[in-house]
Amino acid sequence: MLKDIEKLMRVKRLPHIWCPGCGNGIVMKAMLEAINDKGLDPDKTVVVSGIGCSSRATGYMNFDTLHTMHGRALAFATGVKLAKPELNVFVVTGDGDGSAIGGNHFIHAARRNIDLNVIMFNNNIYGMTGGQYSPLTPQGRFATTAPYGNLERPFDICKLAQGSGATYVGRSTVFHTKLLTDVIKAAIDNKGFSFVEAVSICPISYGRRNKLGAAPQMMKWLKENTVNVKAAEKLGAEKTAGKIIIGELYHEAGTLEYTELYDRLITRVEEGGR
Amino acid sequence: MNKEKKIEVNTKGCKACGICYALCPQGVLDKDHMGKVVVKNPDACTQCRICEDHCPDYCIKIGG
Amino acid sequence: MKREKKVQLLQGNQACSIAAIDAGVRFYAGYPITPSTEIAEFMAEELPKVGGKFIQMEDEIAGMSAVLGAALTGTKVITATSGPGFSLKQEAIGFAAIAEIPCVIVDVQRMGPSTGGPTSVAQGDVMQARWGTHGDHPVFAFSPASVLESYELTIQAFNFSEKYRVPVVILLDEIVGHMRESVTLPDPDELTIVDRKRPTVSPADYAPYQPEQDGIPTMADFGTGYHWHVTGLVHGENGAATGNPEVIDRQLTRIFDKMEKYKDEVNLYKTQAADDAEYLLVSFGCTARSAAEAVAELRQMGIKAGLLQLQTIWPFPEKTISEYTTGKKCVIVPELNMGQVRGEIQKYIDKGIPLYGINKINGEPITPQEIINKVKEVAK
Ligand SMILES: Cc1ncc(C[n+]2csc(CCOP(=O)(O)OP(=O)(O)O)c2C)c(N)n1
Ligand code: SF4
Ligand code: SF4
Ligand code: SF4
Repeated sequence: MLKDIEKLMRVKRLPHIWCPGCGNGIVMKAMLEAINDKGLDPDKTVVVSGIGCSSRATGYMNFDTLHTMHGRALAFATGVKLAKPELNVFVVTGDGDGSAIGGNHFIHAARRNIDLNVIMFNNNIYGMTGGQYSPLTPQGRFATTAPYGNLERPFDICKLAQGSGATYVGRSTVFHTKLLTDVIKAAIDNKGFSFVEAVSICPISYGRRNKLGAAPQMMKWLKENTVNVKAAEKLGAEKTAGKIIIGELYHEAGTLEYTELYDRLITRVEEGGR
Repeated sequence: MNKEKKIEVNTKGCKACGICYALCPQGVLDKDHMGKVVVKNPDACTQCRICEDHCPDYCIKIGG
Repeated sequence: MKREKKVQLLQGNQACSIAAIDAGVRFYAGYPITPSTEIAEFMAEELPKVGGKFIQMEDEIAGMSAVLGAALTGTKVITATSGPGFSLKQEAIGFAAIAEIPCVIVDVQRMGPSTGGPTSVAQGDVMQARWGTHGDHPVFAFSPASVLESYELTIQAFNFSEKYRVPVVILLDEIVGHMRESVTLPDPDELTIVDRKRPTVSPADYAPYQPEQDGIPTMADFGTGYHWHVTGLVHGENGAATGNPEVIDRQLTRIFDKMEKYKDEVNLYKTQAADDAEYLLVSFGCTARSAAEAVAELRQMGIKAGLLQLQTIWPFPEKTISEYTTGKKCVIVPELNMGQVRGEIQKYIDKGIPLYGINKINGEPITPQEIINKVKEVAK
């Protein structure tokens, strides 16, 4: 509930800079709900972001917050977490930030299974710079740098996370806010690299150019074009083609987390072993 | 109980995106001439919080 | 940490690494590159022994970013690299400058540009150390000329970085980095070690970029309840991004002015027969070693040569330059680049004094003989 999470916001810095109908505020709220529900100590919680509209979220959250460089949030966060493993570290990243310029850090952070909770605000576009295509822009969609339609195939970023070693992967949308909070909570529960794709809407730099209508229409589109993973399993690939599959997509229990491994290494070395 | 009180809207912060009144299943919310949210039919509110959860600008609070 | 004082045979890169741990470093992140890799290897081996962490990142950008993240938790951090990797780190060095995060970056210089010559010596990163990242910003740089200096300047680098919240570059070079010399390191217990100022106010009263009297704000460790915001956007005293030109001016000027304000305090240099010299050599790093030899030989020949060895390269020691060059017959600057330090000296030297360079960029060091020949030539 909003009134319960206001304490986790820098209320004095609101209103935020996001456009009318932008999904970023909705994802940020879902994140704070999850943090609140899980009872994380705000003094021991750090949120790290890159650069982009979505990455501005750190400015409004009342923790130690770190707004870094385009694409580098995961690398900064790796330093924070490894240096002080007792901290709960979240990463806020955009689809461009996390999968293009930060793509290399993405696969390597996942590979290490370092305990970071990564929320990618996926609006399928570079919002901040006015609507250039990203690695998550679907083929055929329009962008300022794809005036004749995007030729490139997008990543399935959840599959990329899983293939790279993430031990928790979930996806939801800004329409499915309850599920979004739930997958973020599950990400928090997972001790290891957890990835949540929050499918968002950017009515200004994406919706307009692609004639998707205003924010309410984009919400409706999300509602009609998603299938819960459990239903999808029953429906089969053919019937779910082109749909966004939401829910908990992958969870691998029992894999040792990186900072824990490092602490064990220190103990081993201190005992004089190798 | 004052039913008006249970839907608190911050008209000043409202950016007139239209999400809340499009999503409210009970037709409680509507827009003014600027497209900003207004509470039209408070009695019908079921406190489902769909509006609160989807307002990108944190302008609606449901319940006491 | 007590250590027995005894003579050891150490490499420049090793001495730098030992100094880092003695200064309190507990975190290293980087990417291997010749001729700096020994530092990463040493840290991988030694840091866990003192409860510290080493991580080999996926590239140098990640290495630089990770050390900055770690530094914000209150940890002292170091990363090491060489030319191509130093180029990659530049954006994050700018972040350290604007967000005022203490960190030390070792650049063991090799021949460039590009891949250049991985095992060939050069001193071509003087300007990159200063202006490698975009925008007006502060950065300090020190260049050791021996294994012992590599140790001493690394200790100083950390102290200055912590005190002034400035990124500090150690400009080693392939020769000093790889050279082995017998040295006696000090007992770490006897060192003066500086730590950043932490806030004494309550979190509610904390303004993370409100400078204290010395121009430097206090810095809270992440995870201690201060809930502060760090950003590479220009920000006000409260840490929030701002578009207010007045605030921007105040903050950016304060940060940039660290170069001017603290330049005397961080000015380190050595001299050899410089006071009565007629022919002054100004040099640094490995080239200063050849210059020192040349001065000794020239003096034996009866030629009044002297040496000013710069240890602090940035902020550029302009006062020391004008002080030592005044009244000289000429000034000669040997360096393994096309005149990067000479160009700076040009700005501060009396225009009547002839200024010459000895420059080499083929991966070979400048020999004492080459310097002697040049001095003899101009002395004619
Ligand atoms: C090194 C670097 N390159 C380019 C940019 C310009 N830039 C800023 S944000 C951005 C794209 C942001 O897109 P995304 O990550 O999808 O986030 P969104 O704005 O859509 O939330 C770009 C290209 C930059 N700030 N830094
Ligand atoms: S450009 Fe798009 S992503 Fe950025 S604030 Fe506006 S709507 Fe949101
Ligand atoms: S709580 Fe539900 S019923 Fe009440 S106004 Fe909001 S969306 Fe409508
Ligand atoms: S969702 Fe929020 S910002 Fe949008 S119209 Fe409703 S109250 Fe206004």
